[in-house]
Amino acid sequence: MKEKILRLLRENARLSDEDIAERLGTTPAKVKKTVAELEKSGLVKGYQALIDDSMLPESKVKAIISVNVRPEREGGFDKIARRLARFPQVTSLYLVSGSYDLEIEIQGETLQEIAGFVSSKLSSMDGVNSTVTHFILKKYKESGRFMEDDDEYKRLKISP
Amino acid sequence: MSTKDLRFHPEALIAGHISALPKSGIRDFFELVNQMDDVISLGIGEPDFPTPWHIRESAIYSLEKGHTSYTSNLGLMSLREEISRYLSKLYDLEYCPVSQCIVTVGVSEALDLLLRAIINPGDEIIYHEPCYVSYSPCVRMAHGIPVAIPTFQKNHFALDPEDLRKSVTRRTKAILLNFPCNPTGAKLNTEQLRRIAEIAIEKNLLVIADEIYSELTYEGSHVSIATVPGMYERTVFLHGFSKAYSMTGFRVGFACGPASIIDAMMKIHQYSMLCAPTIAQESAVEALRNGHSAMLDMKEEYCERRNVISKHLNEMGLSCFKPEGAFYIFPNISSTGMTSKDFATRLLSEQNVALVPGPAFGACGEGYVRCSYATSIENIVEAMRRIKTFLRQ
Repeated sequence: MKEKILRLLRENARLSDEDIAERLGTTPAKVKKTVAELEKSGLVKGYQALIDDSMLPESKVKAIISVNVRPEREGGFDKIARRLARFPQVTSLYLVSGSYDLEIEIQGETLQEIAGFVSSKLSSMDGVNSTVTHFILKKYKESGRFMEDDDEYKRLKISP
Repeated sequence: MSTKDLRFHPEALIAGHISALPKSGIRDFFELVNQMDDVISLGIGEPDFPTPWHIRESAIYSLEKGHTSYTSNLGLMSLREEISRYLSKLYDLEYCPVSQCIVTVGVSEALDLLLRAIINPGDEIIYHEPCYVSYSPCVRMAHGIPVAIPTFQKNHFALDPEDLRKSVTRRTKAILLNFPCNPTGAKLNTEQLRRIAEIAIEKNLLVIADEIYSELTYEGSHVSIATVPGMYERTVFLHGFSKAYSMTGFRVGFACGPASIIDAMMKIHQYSMLCAPTIAQESAVEALRNGHSAMLDMKEEYCERRNVISKHLNEMGLSCFKPEGAFYIFPNISSTGMTSKDFATRLLSEQNVALVPGPAFGACGEGYVRCSYATSIENIVEAMRRIKTFLRQ
């Protein structure tokens, strides 16, 4: 039941308890209870809308920054990662395998704002060895959704 | 100056058994629906999901590599091997990919080949109604005699073994079973399978098992009649990729069964179709190798839609058996006092909702309509709202 509710909410978090109950063949009360448990346990952190920023008149500037860091003797990567994560400009942050260590997704009002963050906050931070900033030019897909819709393909209206 | 040859009448040249064939009951309705815009259709007998991307991508790859020539008549060996492994894993059915499997242009061709391979003029083929629209015509086209057994809502549209026993004559050659069933969503339980098998063995009949919807079984797991003791050697198992893998337009299916029958089917296939489309066959290999999780995702969604549609229909007073497989539901509309055709026609013109009148699937479908839930939940919910409004008026 938990897994099934999570799957439906991942797909569409705006489904009501009644909608979910109908699909899973259970009662709205049971769904309500399970969702409350999921939220309380911290498994479900929150609900957000997926927005195609390119359709807004003024959209924010986004970048992905790969960061090489020197892990600390105690705490490894966690300490520096947590420090970086506190900056409100940082929207996502991952520890990754490969030729660098941390991958940061960052968002700002202007290009200068991000450049300023990288030079004054990030690069100068103790433990940061190097950074590479990739500004995002176009978003094709996010969280499993395409930003551009395909032309609709129509099936026959009636078939055996 | 030309003079018209008054002795020549093209219509008189059409073979008797073909002129006698009725057009599919779905056909007239299709013309009607096709003229309308903004129709929510619950009349579509194919998945609404696009074919999983990895399968489509492999079709592109086949084209890029130029794999556009014929394959062996029986189909690509790699596909037959995958089919053999798949059936063994899913249904505990063991078929030799070399001699017991033929790849066809959908299950439709497999059925046609099989009927032509086994029917001598006048042989009877028993099948259950309501059923897929082509069973009776295909039997007739093969010069056989179709013998329909009605199934009923009170029995959850399962074939009653006693009815089957009564329909067997000395001309009966085979029983054609389609469970999970289009249009009813019925399946057979193990006891019913066992009793039908008993009759087939006692009367020495072949069983044609059209199990195209087998993966889409929502209650329990699918059991093929071919696995019932004594049935393997007298069953031809028909299956394909259209429904579970959402590959209708690829046109690829297959038949597995006794080597002698597969060989006879191969003769007809060789001289008529030659082989199934190569790109479709290579795509089917990809579907079997890597498509299982995408298939299960689609199945889960169908199951949710089924829950929604059966709840709504029952709540508005159109009683229906909760389908156990496939993606159709077959509500009883007799409480409205309308015939199936009137119901469907008026619902279409008044509320722009299309569904298929039950009699399109056999005479005993009168009093019912078929709703397909191979469409989005949003469409289903909106269609249910419109049907509710329609019933109030």
